[in-house]
Amino acid sequence: MSTDTLDTLGPEGLPHMDNPSLPYLRGERIPHIWCPGCGIGTTVNCFTRALGEAVSDLDKVAIVSGIGCTGRVAGYMNLDSFHTTHGRAIPFAAGLKLARPEMKVVVYSGDGDLFAIGGNHFVHAARRNMDLMVVCVNNFTYGMTGGQLAPTTPEGASQTTMPFGNFEKPMSLPFLADAAGASFVARWTVFHVRQLTRTLREALGKQGFRFIEILAPCPTLFLRRNRLGDGVDMVRVYKERSKIRDGADTKDVDLGMDGDIIVGKFVDRERPTWLQSMNAHYQQVFGERYRPWGGVREQD
Amino acid sequence: MTADPLGVLTGVHFIDGDHAACEGALAAGCRFVAGYPITPSTEIVERFASRIPLVGGVFIQMEDELAASIAVQGAIWGGQKSMTVTSGPGLSLMMEHIGLAAFTEVPLVIIDVQRGGPSTGLPTLPAQADMMQVKWGSHGDYEIIALCPSSPQECFDLTVRAFNLAEQWRTPVFVMMDEVVGHMTERVQIPAPEAIEVVERRWTGLKPGDYRPFQPAEDLVPDMVRVGDGYRIHVTGLTHDERGYPAMNPAAQDKLVRRLATKIRDAGDALVDVREEACEDADVIVVSYGITSRVAQAAVEQARAQGVRVGHARLVIAWPFPSQRMAELAARTKAFVVPELNLGQMSREVERAVAGRVPVRLIDHAGGTVHEPDRILAGILEAAR
Repeated sequence: MSTDTLDTLGPEGLPHMDNPSLPYLRGERIPHIWCPGCGIGTTVNCFTRALGEAVSDLDKVAIVSGIGCTGRVAGYMNLDSFHTTHGRAIPFAAGLKLARPEMKVVVYSGDGDLFAIGGNHFVHAARRNMDLMVVCVNNFTYGMTGGQLAPTTPEGASQTTMPFGNFEKPMSLPFLADAAGASFVARWTVFHVRQLTRTLREALGKQGFRFIEILAPCPTLFLRRNRLGDGVDMVRVYKERSKIRDGADTKDVDLGMDGDIIVGKFVDRERPTWLQSMNAHYQQVFGERYRPWGGVREQD
Repeated sequence: MTADPLGVLTGVHFIDGDHAACEGALAAGCRFVAGYPITPSTEIVERFASRIPLVGGVFIQMEDELAASIAVQGAIWGGQKSMTVTSGPGLSLMMEHIGLAAFTEVPLVIIDVQRGGPSTGLPTLPAQADMMQVKWGSHGDYEIIALCPSSPQECFDLTVRAFNLAEQWRTPVFVMMDEVVGHMTERVQIPAPEAIEVVERRWTGLKPGDYRPFQPAEDLVPDMVRVGDGYRIHVTGLTHDERGYPAMNPAAQDKLVRRLATKIRDAGDALVDVREEACEDADVIVVSYGITSRVAQAAVEQARAQGVRVGHARLVIAWPFPSQRMAELAARTKAFVVPELNLGQMSREVERAVAGRVPVRLIDHAGGTVHEPDRILAGILEAAR
């Protein structure tokens, strides 16, 4: 499919005209809705580069988002893309993957979408080792609705629905993913563009339930309300506070307003996917009478 | 085209409505079911789970009805025919995804085996009290199709038809069973595969550059593609244009919402199925659907034995409601009697269509069992006075 991206981006000569991400985006949908200083665009840049390196046939990649600022990613990607309901990207993606096993299916959504309203689906997809790659942009807040408390909001941070500072304990996403059985768990920040790109590329080439958390600034709602500066200030904070600990025990990677931000690849293990388990099990039960579902996964 | 023989259990069976509905889905080509257990519908997914390994397909028991009702939509975009199955409390949880399916024109089939409500209600006992919920339950304006089987045989036949209508009209189609029809065991004849008509998906003939996912054909229904075939479609629950891109303005909203309503409302006879008996010169017409039709039939026959000229109009398709046909019948009868296992749902539609020309007498029932025929008979006799 042609991507006619360039001619819709404004007059020739703009510095972003040769942005290597453009072939992966729907040019006619740019400019995007994200605020200046938002980290989501950086994650998309890394994702498009990883796609370019890891996937030869983009027709065989689908992306599914839920609702929210990160939920808009699917709509900008020049892939089969689905902007579903709030919290339900994972079960939609699971159905898509099982119906069309030769597809690579990526879920790309925010922390509120995936872990508050959608938390149950995340846990069960990880438990089943559903063959999905789940990318979570964690900005610690509900951006689209105006800065409300998220399950990831650090203790002490102010939010419109926690106006005197958050007294709830936030959820550690890698710890949850690990405990639920994910095959692959990693965390980076938008400061770590090279490491993040490498991890996304690696995860795209793997099977099973893969989870990548990306910390990203929300300058408009989280940073301003908490007097943390702008997007660049936050990237500086990520640089200063981050400690790369590949293989870290996920119970030690909690996040707070202060302290270390532990990043890296925490979990990488082999488990049969849900579909592999189903096919193997029924093959055993029914022998030759069983009609295996789905073809062999195409090599990219 | 006709049914894939792999899914068709041709022959005469003695099975209940739940099992028959499952066989209907398999015969129609359904190869993906996502479900969540709920009485009195569970036997449908249990049977599917045990049948599908040797037919070829997937059953997955999801973590809740929200997941089930959207996993099936992912599967449908993946190219499969797919359904989910539930009862009242599960149906309530599925409402958001019924709206998504209507808005993004997903050919989705949902079987609702109705039980007494509201809330947990009467899990093991019948009702017909979800009739308005399936029509109006999700937010916004949209149209659905609902079929009402009154026997295990019809659970088979109408489930096949539900899949066919879903593919043709691209809107959610409901099979509105109830606990009695679901658990009633009767003779069910499953025809040979070549005798079962199956409607294929409306696959586009256009190439990727020319195809627009929400550009309607002449019947206002767009053709479809499958993910992975190079079309790179975008599908959103936001108001969208023909490309599928968000278009959040009043003009786009009007165009889309009006088309989705009109494609069903203006379908005409294609979506009317009222089985009429002796309505031509009837003084009283009983309008019924689902299990209540069978109880009503006994009352109708008793009334005739007493000399009352009574007709019986059975709604096989309850939604879209056959307003025009009801208005025509109103012009030639003196009264309607509407028995239903709720406190007045489809009877309101009859009233709306009849528009005051003749009286409409509701024979209500809060659910938990079927009507006593005598109550319906009394209603007929009073209406005939």
